Amino acid sequence: MKRFRFSQQEIVFAVFALLFLVFSIFLNGFLTAENMLTLLQNVAVLGILGLAMAIVVIGRGIDISLIAALAVPPGLVLQMVQNGHSLPFSLLIAVLLTIAFGLVNGWLIAYAEVPSLFATLATGLLLAGLGQAALFQLDVVQWSAGMNGFEQLGQGTLLGIPTSIVMFAIACIVVAILLRQTRWGAYIYAIGDNPYAARVTGIPSRPIIVLQYVIAALIGCFAGLVMAASVNSMPTRVFNSTLIYDVILVVVLGGIGLSGGRGGVLNVIIGTLLIGTMLNGMTIMDISYAGQNLIKGVVLLLAVITDSFLNPRNEETAQQGDI
Amino acid sequence: MRDTITRLRYRYWPDHLLGEILSKRWTETAIPVILLLIVGFAFSRSIDNFLSPASLADTARQAGEIGFIALGLALVVIVGGIDLSVGSIFALTDFCALYLLDVAGWPVPAVVLATLFCGALLGAVNGILVGYLRLRAFITTLITLIIYRSAYDLLIQRYSNAIASAFPEIPSWDFIGAGSVFGIPTVALVYIVIAIFGHVFMTRLRPGWHITAIGGSRRSAYNSGIPVRRTIALCYVASGALTSIGALFFASRLGTVGGDIGVGLEVIVLTATVLGGITLGGGKGSVAKSAVGVLIVLLITNGLTTMNARGGVNRMALAGILLVAAMVDIRWQKNRTRIISKVYVAPTYHELPPPPPTEIGQGGPFEQNDKLRDVEAIGLGRIEAPEDVILDRHDNLYAGSRHGDIMRFLAPDYQTMEVFAHIGGQPLGMAFDREDNLYVCIGGMGLYRIRPDGAVEKATDETNRSMRSVNDDSRLRLADDLDITDDGLIFFSEATVRYEMDEWPIDGLEARGNGRIICYDTKTGTTRTELRGLKFPNGICVASDGQSILFAETFGCSIKRYWFAGPKKGRVEVVMDNLPGYPDNINLASDGNYWLALVGMRSPSLDLAWKMPGFRRRMAKRVPVDEWLFPNINTGCVVKFNEQGKIVESFWDLHGENHPMITSMREHRGHLYLGGILNNRIGRYKLDNADPNFVQYDKRWGKQS
Repeated sequence: MKRFRFSQQEIVFAVFALLFLVFSIFLNGFLTAENMLTLLQNVAVLGILGLAMAIVVIGRGIDISLIAALAVPPGLVLQMVQNGHSLPFSLLIAVLLTIAFGLVNGWLIAYAEVPSLFATLATGLLLAGLGQAALFQLDVVQWSAGMNGFEQLGQGTLLGIPTSIVMFAIACIVVAILLRQTRWGAYIYAIGDNPYAARVTGIPSRPIIVLQYVIAALIGCFAGLVMAASVNSMPTRVFNSTLIYDVILVVVLGGIGLSGGRGGVLNVIIGTLLIGTMLNGMTIMDISYAGQNLIKGVVLLLAVITDSFLNPRNEETAQQGDI
Repeated sequence: MRDTITRLRYRYWPDHLLGEILSKRWTETAIPVILLLIVGFAFSRSIDNFLSPASLADTARQAGEIGFIALGLALVVIVGGIDLSVGSIFALTDFCALYLLDVAGWPVPAVVLATLFCGALLGAVNGILVGYLRLRAFITTLITLIIYRSAYDLLIQRYSNAIASAFPEIPSWDFIGAGSVFGIPTVALVYIVIAIFGHVFMTRLRPGWHITAIGGSRRSAYNSGIPVRRTIALCYVASGALTSIGALFFASRLGTVGGDIGVGLEVIVLTATVLGGITLGGGKGSVAKSAVGVLIVLLITNGLTTMNARGGVNRMALAGILLVAAMVDIRWQKNRTRIISKVYVAPTYHELPPPPPTEIGQGGPFEQNDKLRDVEAIGLGRIEAPEDVILDRHDNLYAGSRHGDIMRFLAPDYQTMEVFAHIGGQPLGMAFDREDNLYVCIGGMGLYRIRPDGAVEKATDETNRSMRSVNDDSRLRLADDLDITDDGLIFFSEATVRYEMDEWPIDGLEARGNGRIICYDTKTGTTRTELRGLKFPNGICVASDGQSILFAETFGCSIKRYWFAGPKKGRVEVVMDNLPGYPDNINLASDGNYWLALVGMRSPSLDLAWKMPGFRRRMAKRVPVDEWLFPNINTGCVVKFNEQGKIVESFWDLHGENHPMITSMREHRGHLYLGGILNNRIGRYKLDNADPNFVQYDKRWGKQS
């Protein structure tokens, strides 16, 4: 007798299709061109962030500081342009800041051996605090005339497709090539699968880990630019929101196990679609922000529990000090 | 001149203390305490009224509230997890208390109990998820953080007005929040009580040990039968309950349910925990560390707030401290043993004159010969590491073995070997008492007594702790050899108090007087240290006068006499010094002289190195252990010396085939029985001109009928 076994991404995709169908039938205003556009646009930023998180999670890490990378460097661009600097110069400074931030993260995790969750939790706070204390004058950094034209990144269309979605697609392709076609990508998978074996094999695991966090921070910054362009401002308080949990949700639901070494870009796309649909549906149903968070939390919890059943750990396999 | 300076410097400067202090566990708490003092001092200088009673009382109230949460988190971190949901649990239980009091109108005791229950319940959710379902603690509590926070947000949307408009005038409730006893706020008192209980719980009670064990190694804890899942789950429950205690005091102090209560609290508490020195990943931590961490963090945040720093600065300061503390902690935990092992070895100056000659043709009492060439081997290949050998009144031969057994070879042919007693540690020196009980020094265990029927009993494994020693020297680490006086006093040597048995060469490298001679009184069962500061005391033999013992100092290359009775009681006298080798066991000979084993001969290199402590310290720091200088124990000999310390005869095995190294020898009925700690045999050498009826214990205590 043939047994049917579904991979996680097939299950998630099926759930997405079902959810989409149910929302289309029962929710007024869900299946409209306008709403689809909003959905996809909201999803684009989340998806780009999901890609950044995916790279880190595949390498058996996690990056809680992504939202800080999303908020602070793009906010800095807007602030600097507002203060009269040129756009390319501001972008350069922001990118340098992002790289520096990624390097700090990577160094802490790879060389100082601080657990990734912990290190990024603290560095995220540090960067957000820096933005709050030294960089921004207001919590919401406003768009200024010097930025004109840049909003195309988030609002325009390219061949009839909203640019933010095009940006997501580009990011997907870049990350897919990085992960699947380059030696670095193979190293990331190897490190995620078994860091000790990878190191013994001679893979330069520490530099690769640093690279992961630098790339993640850069992608996070890119997502922030797309986001700022699409809303014409940079609400830096987004750091205090629960966006990071959405990102983790995307990755975990998409089927990239937190124990590393598995998954790819396709998983991120599927996870993004599911979360996007869910959030959009809840918004249409007019569930309050707190209520949405509650539902998201429960879904995330279920996802993590499922993950633990699919990738079981017990007293024998658990890593010491792995929290 | 230079030698004199070196000698004085190493004689009076206590190098060995650094390593001993660092290996104490309390040094890890000392660092945060020093940090606390620095922070307190810095702020008290830069901010007025920082240390005024009002300000202190205010700090104490906050510290108490956060302290409870930190205690809970400490528990969870020690068990190897983390609890990020404490901020949200704090908010929810705060709401719970105020709702029950203000809206539902419950009496205060019921409110307190219900709030505690609520906190425990919220913690139990984490506990079940992390403990029983084995989810990752960080991600799971991050999720419950969101869920609890959203639940709180939903609840206060509905009830915040009702709570804000109520002003209950309940004295007992106000006392919880604002009361004080003798000027100490209630919350601080309760905290102190719970902290003391927590300390006892973690250090003295079984569940506390289980928690530390699980955090230290979950797998080992599981395999040794500790209920891992239940213990972990209960830690989260405790964390929730402790958080709710903090929330209770907070609720009674402020009585508000604002939207940002408890937001970011987990970062503050986590910072405090890590800063106090509780290791992320589990296994290490204490209540004191938690309390110190809380105080440091509070002083810093309060200080920054007083100095009107912007919110972002506060955030950065916390995150920065958190990172630095985590990094220092991780580096320290990783390198602790390496650092300690580097500084622990503290060589000292040890000068010996050039040794007397031993080469053939040079003459002298130590001149080499080949007398031991044709020694008969007993138990060849069947016994391992017979450090000491002894014969009873019935001519049976006993020897220790590396496997922790006392083996017995039966007279007359010594072909039958049996396990006389199993002890478990390596037997070293042995001696019979009047009742034919065999007393044995067991390396790493202490002094043991074996009855003639083979029953093993512990005689002693501890002595009085010396007040000036940093290391706890009450435990016996390396009991080495013993002898029993006519009055039933057992004198035994402990070779070193600074190293374990397998590290004895390092003690030789250090050449410090780390050893001592201890007396166990069989009549009273008491143990006390007689002599300290000896350079690896080893063999012990009661002298013929019955008032003194002879003992060998292996790395002192000397034999000394210690009077335990008589007119010279308490004095120590040198019998022989500057031996050409390292003396080991001493035993009685049939002609009234003494046998002495030289386990190995001195080498010019080690003699020179002993005069160069700096060289040896550099070696210990930079060279791996197996490349260190090692005292020669490949070639040795047996000598006989008389009461005056004059060598009468020497026995060598020049070819190094039968008995290259000898740690012990016993004369019995005209034969000499030889033991060696690296040998796989016992030697039996026919002595010329010896009393063929000599039985050591018959001679000492009369023939048994």
